[in-house]
Amino acid sequence: MPDFTMPSLGADMEQGTLLEWRVGVGDHVRKGDIVAIIDTEKSTVEVEVFLNGVVEELLVSPGTEVPVGTPLARIRVESATTATVGPAGPAEHLDAPLPPSPPSPAQPAAVEPRQDRKVLSPIVRHLADELGVDTGHLDGTGVGHRVTRSDVEHEAARRMSSGGPGSSPLARRRASELGIDIGAVTGSGEGGAVRERDVSAAAIGSAPQPAATTPAATTPVAATTPAAATTAPKAGLERQASIRTAIARLMTKANREIPHYHLSSTVDLHAALDWLGHRNDGRPPAERMLPAALLLRATALSAARHPELNGFWIDDGFRPADGVHLGVAISLRGGGLIAPAIRDADRRSLDDTMEVLRDLVARARQGSLRGSELTGASLTVTNLGDRGAEAVFGVIHPPQVTLVGFGRVVDRPWAVDGLVGVRPTVTATLSADHRATDGHVGSRLLETIDELLQHPADL
Amino acid sequence: MTDAEARTVIAAVLRGIAPEVDLAMCDNTEPLGRELDLDSMDMLALLTGIGERTGIDIPETDIEADWSLDDLAAYLVET
Repeated sequence: MPDFTMPSLGADMEQGTLLEWRVGVGDHVRKGDIVAIIDTEKSTVEVEVFLNGVVEELLVSPGTEVPVGTPLARIRVESATTATVGPAGPAEHLDAPLPPSPPSPAQPAAVEPRQDRKVLSPIVRHLADELGVDTGHLDGTGVGHRVTRSDVEHEAARRMSSGGPGSSPLARRRASELGIDIGAVTGSGEGGAVRERDVSAAAIGSAPQPAATTPAATTPVAATTPAAATTAPKAGLERQASIRTAIARLMTKANREIPHYHLSSTVDLHAALDWLGHRNDGRPPAERMLPAALLLRATALSAARHPELNGFWIDDGFRPADGVHLGVAISLRGGGLIAPAIRDADRRSLDDTMEVLRDLVARARQGSLRGSELTGASLTVTNLGDRGAEAVFGVIHPPQVTLVGFGRVVDRPWAVDGLVGVRPTVTATLSADHRATDGHVGSRLLETIDELLQHPADL
Repeated sequence: MTDAEARTVIAAVLRGIAPEVDLAMCDNTEPLGRELDLDSMDMLALLTGIGERTGIDIPETDIEADWSLDDLAAYLVET
């Protein structure tokens, strides 16, 4: 029976803290379902499961920090013939009709209503969820009526003293999706608060958690009471410190182990920006494309043409990746970097690349990236953006062998048809692992990026 | 739209993009990007949010790179 273990969500991750289970014992899970929220040192991450099965036992309680690889849950795998209901199959082997996948892998099921997301930090949102506080009706005392942590704690205390357990917004949403009377669900959260897992468990027909657990699986119940206070993700200074520790570890390892070489090339962007201006003309902001999308696309296509730069250095040898999975370095507000991957970036259209980028940036800053997005990048791009330095010579993220950098767009004097003109330009750089490639190969990658950016309509 | 309404909308959208910023401490005459540490993706999110709340979609050609919060509010009032 396979274990669901603490995943490695980045080359720099050594341990993680389980913040919250999104499934309970007896839940059916499908490949891609989000089963837990984990706090890596850098961010909160939604972690998916990669098999179809039934949760047999939860081994680790919320609030516990464990090394990568530690078993977190036991899942009984279901064979193909008894797989849980997919879009095509009927529910042959299940006792109760299975409602739409609890918890749904699609984003809306895992997050609070949009308004909440905008004004609440992830830390406060998790605390509110844990304590069963509905922040939608709270008038916050923070700047601009923002709901703060102490607002949530006071509301929870007030609610408890006035009687009646609360229910988290996510639990209420799940209850309405599944057609369940939330008043009839027994809560396993603090003070009897109804959590989303209680609602999902009730839907499947198993009794709410406290009654259904066998002696071996009482850890989740025990954990939600005393450990509830410790399941909030890291915040503020503690978060900053742990982000820096993780980055320090990765960058030190990279500099120690990887013999880097660096190349740079200045690219004329006037054709690309001209094309972009026309493409964006008349479109509302929600449909506009940024130059970054063009740079990422050109890099992905170039990596596909130069496979010696797209892969990993493992055990003294180069292993080409199975596709171009482009890591995008995103800066986190308050400091730190995280680099989720755009899978098969060379096969996506320009429009799709922009949408994925927009979504990744938003979720990176909200702390709701998924585990599958944080692993598997076959090379990484770091784009300093319009207020960054002119060029960036970055450090490769092991076990990758390539880092492509872009500085800000700068107007420069440029030779045009034998005369001096002015062109918008960007300095593209390559940091590469000299064990895997030499300068000649690296140069050709940059040359291809340049050529591709001269024909933006073909990107 | 009045100046106060414009500033309220801008502040509400910014809270989702830069939640840790205390707008009261910011210089409203300095370029937005630098003052609030917003990159081009953030600026796009700001314009998208303003568009959603007010119905005003600011064309790219109208935007100046060094717009301050005052400039942005003034544009919304005039539109």
